Amino acid sequence: MARSILHVDQNCFYASVEMQRNPELRNRPLAVCGSQEDRHGIVLTANYLAKPRGVKTGMAIWQARQKCPELVVLPPDMAEYIRFSRMAREIYADYTDQIEPFGLDEAWLDVTGSASLYGNAMEIAQEISHRIKFELGITASIGVADNKITAKLGSDYKKPDAITRIEKDNYKEIVYPLPVEDLLYVGPATKEKLRRGGIKTIGELAEAPVEFLLHRLGKMGVVLHTFANGQDVSPVQNTEHIPTVKSAGNSATTPRDLVNNEDVRLMLLLLAESVCARMRELASRCTVVEVYVRDTELRAFIRQRKLATPSCSSTEIADTAYSLFLANYHWEKSVRSIGVRGSGLVEAYECVQLSLYQDDQRRQKWERIDATVDDVRHRYGYMSLQRALIYTDPLLGRINPKDDHTVHPVGFFAG
Amino acid sequence: MIVRFEAEGKLRPLMIEFDESHKYPVDRVLDVRRAACESVGGVGDRYTCRIQGQECYLWLEKGRWFVAAKE
Repeated sequence: MARSILHVDQNCFYASVEMQRNPELRNRPLAVCGSQEDRHGIVLTANYLAKPRGVKTGMAIWQARQKCPELVVLPPDMAEYIRFSRMAREIYADYTDQIEPFGLDEAWLDVTGSASLYGNAMEIAQEISHRIKFELGITASIGVADNKITAKLGSDYKKPDAITRIEKDNYKEIVYPLPVEDLLYVGPATKEKLRRGGIKTIGELAEAPVEFLLHRLGKMGVVLHTFANGQDVSPVQNTEHIPTVKSAGNSATTPRDLVNNEDVRLMLLLLAESVCARMRELASRCTVVEVYVRDTELRAFIRQRKLATPSCSSTEIADTAYSLFLANYHWEKSVRSIGVRGSGLVEAYECVQLSLYQDDQRRQKWERIDATVDDVRHRYGYMSLQRALIYTDPLLGRINPKDDHTVHPVGFFAG
Repeated sequence: MIVRFEAEGKLRPLMIEFDESHKYPVDRVLDVRRAACESVGGVGDRYTCRIQGQECYLWLEKGRWFVAAKE
C-alpha cells in the first residue's frame, strides 16, 4: 500500500520567528546572524526581502551589508526558535505519531494511517499549513509524496507558503528537470562526479543504468538511483530524543614507549585535555573516568572509577586516571599505549549543587580555566597553549591528540 | 492580572488590574486556543474575553499576560 509522507519546512525559520515577534521588522530586509565579536559573524538566515538582494546563508555580515546596506542584523535567540519548533511539533502530533524532525525547522510526517481519521494527505497538509499560520504566525512549505526523498523535493519546490504534491502522475514533469544537487545526500563532491559522467539533472540520474552508477559511485550510486526514481523506502523514524553520546575517549600509541610514572602522567594530561575539550563541545560532564593501559607485550587492561561529582576538568580527569594507573600497574614492562575515557556523560547545564567545599570550588575554577584554554586554542590552534609539563618531553609533547584524533561517527543510515 | 489556577491545571483570567483605580473584571471567557498575535507580535494561549460588554483578546505567553484589541 502506498504511503503518504509529508515534509514540512518552515520558511526562513529564524527570520520568520523574529518577524512574528516584532511587527516592525516585517517589511524590512532582515538577517539573523552569528556573533559579530568573533569577526566570524555569518548569516544564518535571511528573510524574503533580503534574499533577492543577494543575501545568502553562510555569507559574512560585511558581505551581506555590501549587498544590502539597509539590512537589519539580529543575533539568534535559540531558546525562542526551540520554543517555536516544539509548538510546530505539537501541531504535527495532532495528526500522527510518526514524526521525524530534521533540525529545528523541518520534519517528515507519515500520515498513511491517519487518512481515515483526518482526511487524505493533501487535506492534512492544508490543515497543518493553516494552523502554522494561525497559531504560530509563520509560514511553511509542505511536500506531499509517497516517500521521504520526494516529499522533501516537494517542500523545496515552492517557497514560501506552498503545498506541492508529487505523485506518479506528475513525477517526471516536476522532478526530472531538477538539478541533481537538489537530491538529498548529493553534495558538491557527488555532484561533480555525476557531472563528469554526463549527469546534471535528477531525470538523467534516474534514467542512468545502475551498473554505471555503481561503478562511478559505489553503493551510494545505487541508493541515489533509487532516490531519483522516487523509490526510497526508508521509514519515517520517530525520534523521541536524539541519541546522545555516552562517552568520550582518546587513546594513543605513543611514539616511544613510556618507561616511568612521569611519562605516563604527561600522556594522561595530554589525553585528558583532549577528552575534556570534546566533552565541553558536547556540553557534557562525565561521571566515570576510565584508564586504558597496554604494555609492550600488548597485554592490556581498563580500570574505572566513579567521580564524586560530574566533571569536565582536565586536571581532575587526568589525576583520577593517574591514580587508577598507579594503583593497578606494576611496571613489569614499559607502556606501549595509553588511553583515557570520560563516560556516563551528563548534561553540563544541569543545576550543579553549589558547594562550600574546597574541592568543588577548585574544580569549578579548573573548569573555567579549561574553557578559556579552549577559546585560545580555537583561535590560534591546539598547540598554541600547553601545560609546562608537556614541554619537558620533546617527543611526547609534540602529539596533538585532538586534531589528529579520528572519532568514528555513527552511520547515516542508522537504525 | 488576577488569575484563578484550577486543580486540573486550567487557568482562568478573572480581572485585569492596571492599578488601584483601574480594574476590569472579566465578565466571561468565550474561547481559549493557541494563537499568534499579528498586531503586536507574540505567540501564546489566546483567551477571548468579554470585559464591560466589549470582546477583546488576552494573551498568555511564557508566563506573561498582554492585551490586544479584537480586530
